[in-house]
Amino acid sequence: MPNTETYNDDVVRLFLLAAAVWGIIGMSIGVYAGAELAWPALNFDVSWLTFSHLRPSHTFGVIFAFGGSALMGTCYYVVQRTGHTRLALGGLAKFTFWGWQLACVLAMVTVPLGITQSKEYAEPEWFVDIIIAVVWVSFGTVFFATLARRRIQHIYVANWYYAAFIIAVGLLHIVNNLALPVSLTKSYPIYSGVVDAMVQWWYGHNAVAFFLTAGFLGMMYYFVPRQAQQPLWSYRFSIVNFWALISVYMWAGAHHLMFTALPDWVQSVGMAFSLVLLMPSWGSAANGLMTFQGSWRKLKTDPAVKFMVISLVFYAASTFEGSMMAIKSVNSLSHYTDWTVAHVHSGSIGWVAMITIGSLYAMAPRALGQPAMYSHRGMEVHFWLHMTGLLLYVISMWLAGVTEGMMWRATGADGSLTYSFLDSLIAIKPLYIVRALGGVLVVSGMVVMAWNLWHTAADARAHLIKPIPVPIPEPVMHQTPAPLPAYP
Amino acid sequence: MASGYKYIEAIEKHAGLLGICIAVMVSIGGLAEITPLFMKAHSQEAPAGVKPYDALRLAGRDIYVREGCYLCHSQMIRAQRFEVQRYGEHSVASESVYDRPHQWGSKRTGPDLARIGGKYSDDWQRMHLLAPRTLVPESNMPNYPWLSGTAIDAGDIQARMRVLRRLGDPYTDADIAGVADAVQGKTELDAIVAYLQGLGTLNVDTSAPPVPATPAAAGQP
Ligand code: HEM
Ligand code: HEM
Repeated sequence: MPNTETYNDDVVRLFLLAAAVWGIIGMSIGVYAGAELAWPALNFDVSWLTFSHLRPSHTFGVIFAFGGSALMGTCYYVVQRTGHTRLALGGLAKFTFWGWQLACVLAMVTVPLGITQSKEYAEPEWFVDIIIAVVWVSFGTVFFATLARRRIQHIYVANWYYAAFIIAVGLLHIVNNLALPVSLTKSYPIYSGVVDAMVQWWYGHNAVAFFLTAGFLGMMYYFVPRQAQQPLWSYRFSIVNFWALISVYMWAGAHHLMFTALPDWVQSVGMAFSLVLLMPSWGSAANGLMTFQGSWRKLKTDPAVKFMVISLVFYAASTFEGSMMAIKSVNSLSHYTDWTVAHVHSGSIGWVAMITIGSLYAMAPRALGQPAMYSHRGMEVHFWLHMTGLLLYVISMWLAGVTEGMMWRATGADGSLTYSFLDSLIAIKPLYIVRALGGVLVVSGMVVMAWNLWHTAADARAHLIKPIPVPIPEPVMHQTPAPLPAYP
Repeated sequence: MASGYKYIEAIEKHAGLLGICIAVMVSIGGLAEITPLFMKAHSQEAPAGVKPYDALRLAGRDIYVREGCYLCHSQMIRAQRFEVQRYGEHSVASESVYDRPHQWGSKRTGPDLARIGGKYSDDWQRMHLLAPRTLVPESNMPNYPWLSGTAIDAGDIQARMRVLRRLGDPYTDADIAGVADAVQGKTELDAIVAYLQGLGTLNVDTSAPPVPATPAAAGQP
């Protein structure tokens, strides 16, 4: 049989470019917002530049624009490689790229202009939400249509996670954003008060679970074995972890609303499931780390492996921290403080950004027709900038959070509160400066990565790349687990 | 191979089945937690004597949303001794029945505002919104100078009330007709100050015993 089918990497390359650009934009906005907290003069009395207008643009930019582009790009790459098939519905796949970029630009421009629903991580107004929903359904269609034409009977683990990510995020997005428009720029949600709070944090928490965790675990389950050049440590273990993770996560949202007006039983259920959640979380982290067993020497030579290993360590650390913070007495201290912010960024700059960067360094040369990234030194420099920035960020905000928590609850011998609110702000201000500095380092690393990708993409820019043919496997009867597909 | 494995294997070899199983698993948790709340919410009454936001406060609330105040200020006093001491009686569900969406917040860069109403004068609030550091030199809250320059549009507020009425908030025709008078000559700054002054005073149960006075240090700058 003549082999004429090739992988569709065009759309993968577009998403790769988008991820690099949005990463720089989203994180730079974070740095600026962080600097505004340290030096409020930076708000410059300009409404769209003001902290409270920029912050949702930061979260949308890093989660949906940077993370989303990286996830969709790697998903298209992985589903083709693991199924030995070309991406289905090429035109629709292109549409998901442009549609997603449109949604991201609209969201990141309208929210700072004050066109916002004020639901955390779901700020964009209804017209952007509709675009997102349409793109999302198309993305799911391309993914499942590609699965349907796979040549390997067994669906590889990474795809289970991508599938869960697509289905759950679609569900969450639609349910949480149900609203009645007043005009193009204003709508009211159909939920109010305590129900709205529960729906919002069911969404908010599971945006973390299925966007920032399941999606990136999909990435991890493909690129870690790929880069370690050996099969996943335990296939059986990944089955247990997968089903436990996706079913337990959905119960845990209430840990965002401890001691609030939410009914007690919901809070307790949220706490219990958050503790159980630690097991499948650590299960996946262990599975990823153990996959490097026997190839630890790569840590010395391959910066992509460095990013991956540290990302898994931070995944384990932040999920442990999260489960602890879900214990009512700990949450009583941490809630509302910068401890939450420290946890968020050890999860996002540590786990999410690092697994993405590691995977991009693994995928980019292959998708760009090169034997390796343009600059090895560049990757090394990026790693150390990122690590230093990450540690400065997380440690400073952790200290700030504990300081706030302690000062807010401190009472004197006569039972009166020891500190005013302002005392706690004054105490942590220097830490806001350290955080901003950490952010500058992380963004500098991203700029180094973009420069490196730009040079690696020289052939792609000159249209010199030949599409990679799909290896057509012999049909096999019983394959469990599926063998990792051959190197393209 | 263990016998249970053959079911898992079936799922892993059929994309459609995989999709369905995932959808079922992820739906259970949410349904179990949200459905009961939903049922209860329909029987949740506003506290005695509490009406939905009047025109000016509604405008103010939507400005609070637009400006993103919730990103630094919570409106949810937790049932904790030190919180009650600092901010007043802990928040209850009935206080936010008219909040679409809720403004409980998740981060306190500034203090809680659930019971800020009446704590400072209107003038203090105005000054503080326009230039917080003239009153509190160490604060890192941004200035919101543009609020004083924009007038409230009565037609817009009426449209908002109609939508809220369709969602179930009990606005009467008289309420809607009265908007023009209520917002006549008011700026966005007036509206948001009216909203803040109503927090913890106009959305709470007036028939209950008064909230005990809070000791010093309470949210004081
Ligand atoms: C250069 C790196 C970054 C800097 C300097 C930065 C800075 C900030 C700042 C200043 C805030 C506001 C905190 C507050 O309200 O007190 C924030 C919030 C947030 N950032 Fe970042 N960020 C960075 C990277 C990231 C990345 C890579 C992600 C995700 C992939 C992320 C996700 C978030 C989220 C989810 C929040 C909201 C936290 C909450 O509500 O508690 N950030 N960030
Ligand atoms: C076992 C896993 C995890 C558990 C049990 C968990 C638990 C928690 C808890 C208890 C909070 C604090 C809620 C509050 O007091 O307001 C929180 C906040 C948060 N976590 Fe996690 N976490 C986990 C993993 C992660 C990971 C891997 C990320 C990734 C990137 C993450 C991102 C966030 C974000 C963005 C918030 C802030 C939400 C907000 O207030 O805006 N979490 N988490």
